[in-house]
Amino acid sequence: MAHTILEMKDITKTFPGVKALQNVNLQVNRGEVHAICGENGAGKSTLMKVLSGVYPHGTYEGDIVFENDVMSFSGIRDSEKSGIVIIHQELALSPYLSIAENIFLGNEQSKRGFIDWDSTNQEAAKLLARVGLKENPITPVSQIGVGKQQLVEIAKALSKDVKLLILDEPTAALNDDDSAHLLDLISHLRGQGITSIIISHKLNEIKAIADKVTIIRDGRTIETLDLQEDEISEERIIKGMVGRDLESRYPDRTPAIGDEVLRIEDWTVHHPQDPNRVIVDHANLNVRAGEVVGIAGLMGAGRTELAMSVFGRSYGKGITGKLYKNGSEIRAHSVKEAIGHGLAYATEDRKQFGLNLIEDIKRNISMAALGKLARGGFVDAGRETVVANDYRKSMNIKAPNVEAVTGKLSGGNQQKVVLSKWMFSDPDVLILDEPTRGIDVGAKYEIYTIINKLASEGKAVIVISSELPELLGICDRIYTLSEGRITADVPIAEANPEVLMQYMTKEKD
Amino acid sequence: MATIKDGVDFLASRLRQIGIFLALIVIIALFQVLTGGSLLQPANVTNIVVQNSYILILAIGMVMIIIAGHIDLSVGSVAAFVGAMSGVMITQWGWPWWAGILGGLVVGALVGAWQGFWVAYIGIPAFIVTLAGMLLFRGLTQMVLGNQQITPFPTEYRQLGGGFVFPELFPAATSPMEWITVGLGVIATVLLVSQQVRARAHRVKLGLEDEPLAWFLIKLLFLGGIILAITFLLASFRGTPIVLVVLGVLIVVYTAVMNRSVFGRHVYARGGNQHAAELSGINVKKVDFYLFVNMGVLAALAGLVFTGRLNSAGPGAGNLFELDAIAAAFIGGAAVSGGVGTVVGAITGGLIMGVLNNGMSLMGIGTDTQQFIKGLVLLLAVAFDVWNKRRNRG
Repeated sequence: MAHTILEMKDITKTFPGVKALQNVNLQVNRGEVHAICGENGAGKSTLMKVLSGVYPHGTYEGDIVFENDVMSFSGIRDSEKSGIVIIHQELALSPYLSIAENIFLGNEQSKRGFIDWDSTNQEAAKLLARVGLKENPITPVSQIGVGKQQLVEIAKALSKDVKLLILDEPTAALNDDDSAHLLDLISHLRGQGITSIIISHKLNEIKAIADKVTIIRDGRTIETLDLQEDEISEERIIKGMVGRDLESRYPDRTPAIGDEVLRIEDWTVHHPQDPNRVIVDHANLNVRAGEVVGIAGLMGAGRTELAMSVFGRSYGKGITGKLYKNGSEIRAHSVKEAIGHGLAYATEDRKQFGLNLIEDIKRNISMAALGKLARGGFVDAGRETVVANDYRKSMNIKAPNVEAVTGKLSGGNQQKVVLSKWMFSDPDVLILDEPTRGIDVGAKYEIYTIINKLASEGKAVIVISSELPELLGICDRIYTLSEGRITADVPIAEANPEVLMQYMTKEKD
Repeated sequence: MATIKDGVDFLASRLRQIGIFLALIVIIALFQVLTGGSLLQPANVTNIVVQNSYILILAIGMVMIIIAGHIDLSVGSVAAFVGAMSGVMITQWGWPWWAGILGGLVVGALVGAWQGFWVAYIGIPAFIVTLAGMLLFRGLTQMVLGNQQITPFPTEYRQLGGGFVFPELFPAATSPMEWITVGLGVIATVLLVSQQVRARAHRVKLGLEDEPLAWFLIKLLFLGGIILAITFLLASFRGTPIVLVVLGVLIVVYTAVMNRSVFGRHVYARGGNQHAAELSGINVKKVDFYLFVNMGVLAALAGLVFTGRLNSAGPGAGNLFELDAIAAAFIGGAAVSGGVGTVVGAITGGLIMGVLNNGMSLMGIGTDTQQFIKGLVLLLAVAFDVWNKRRNRG
């Protein structure tokens, strides 16, 4: 019989105002590949951070039992000492150090305080052989591709006598060949007695290599399915991932849809650093006046990249395709041109890309259309204040005045400042990327109301969201995106989470 | 009781704004006592203004560069190069004095465009570009001069650095006061007060005023008093240095540019969050480019003032000016990470350094100790800023 290597019991993790995990249970047997599935934001990564000590003992409730001992990790080093190694989605390699140096980073092969280079390189070569990577250990990591870098990470884990290997979306950035090799390696390691936990939303991969799958939704464990014993279909897993009620959290609206405002034709975008990687693949979509169109896609599907490349080519290289506004082709090679054509893009990451956090509300609101307030190159500060104050009232931004610094506002109020900024630029098309990410339920309702109002004013609105219920609640039509391709254009009447999730996970033929 | 607490809270919230002015006043008072009253002698006040004018001019451009998140290490060398070029234009090419000054400013703009090109369009960090510029333009200065000084300069040229406004109208012999200076001082005070009163009225009308009236009046009295006191001191010596008028105009113009112009706003936006600025349609490259052109012109002006004051252009001129200008900007509240800083703050920071220099020299303190103390002041000023920021956040 199988022996339990890891048991996480009743794990609850609270962030200020949010319960990220609620009584989550996870049981992993020795020598199995255990997959964890869930929508974006379901709590998968948080759970793994609890397990690996990123969130140290004492910041969560519940117990971690590993090899029959209750663990109290105070950091990653602790968990690694016990044999639990996590490989994050963003690889943690130092690009200019060699493969061997990276493998032994923090764990250097030394004699009397000096690095023993012979042993470093020889041991590294042995580890590389185990993961099937044919590279010289002295090659700098920056000179090998992402797929091989992933293998270096695994070699690094093996060098630490790993017992439990956690892989967070290991194939998200890999091409098909590299993915296949990686999956082979994981099965191979299982043969050597190494247990793996793999977080993935590629259901075909999970079906191919996992023994069991645990589904997490809204911070709770839903179920654990045994893929070996029962015949589990992908649809069955999807049902577990999305099967929540569609809550009536969305304001009513009667759409009044007019003519087409924006059309994107044959839009292809390549990765800015790696010109061979296609990020958006011949995408076609359109949006009409007064229409709210959703874009659904899993992480890495290319949603933000599609939006930003359309918005003045602020993402990507080698962009081809055509943009039509009101039926005629437009050129928007810079953000300024895009704004000039009536486009607006509210970013998913308002702290990094949306706001000047050390500046006040009014200067953030005026930032994208300062010219409207200026005469002869000088800003009319009085009018600016009046305009900002109008938005503060109409958008219900909770701040004593428009001189409040945006960095101190709550997420919902920050988002309203971002929306005000774009509304002031008076666009015809608004692209809203994750407009309700990280904000509370009440503020979400307000944002939906604003979106409805924009649509009723005849603007075309594109909403990108990871939350399917949200898209189903506010959109008239939903495009699904998978691996950079538009896989479906679903009218709201035919849309439900299962249908969308199937298109979102549809592989390339 | 509540009002007292409110008042204290208000003062605390303004601490960062007024802290730097308080520091300047404390330092002036300290040296006034330590030097037995020599610091605020009319001749010495004039001296402090003229001696520091070129650093203050540089500090204006520098704080703008720093707000955008860059740095400029080359300004001392650029100032020297422009001084040398204007010397060559006037003494060797026989250009009139005004053409030499204009030519110098054009050279400064070209130098700025050169550096701006590398920073903005090639994407090399400003630290590197201007470190290279520091060497490049120092080398060019020496090549142009052939390692010799150019001297003397025409009298008109020298007015910029050492002249006074209309000295022949009211020579000191005929009057105890220099009336032109008194007039300028009174006009400046009236303009300042009326501008402040109008701005406040506007804010009150919009319902935005959160500053207590008492505080506003104290501020006005204080500022007016300072201007009139300086006027009095200058008027009892030789009058208004021309460079002070130039500096005054620069401060007013650049304060307006940074606070109210579209360009100034773009500089703050670029320094506060480059990505957000780009995604708001701001042409960040253009902003960077013109910032460096502007810095080049101001460095040229500083070089012209300095050359005029010394009446010579030498190969070693302007050495370490960049460090004084950078220190002035940071003491004046600019943030290393960009997005924060003011022209007035940088000027105040420059004056703090200038008064420290002057006061310690009057006391006969050696340059070794002076450097030590200035280093400490810079460190403590920035440490105070960091502490204050953290306190506000917590």
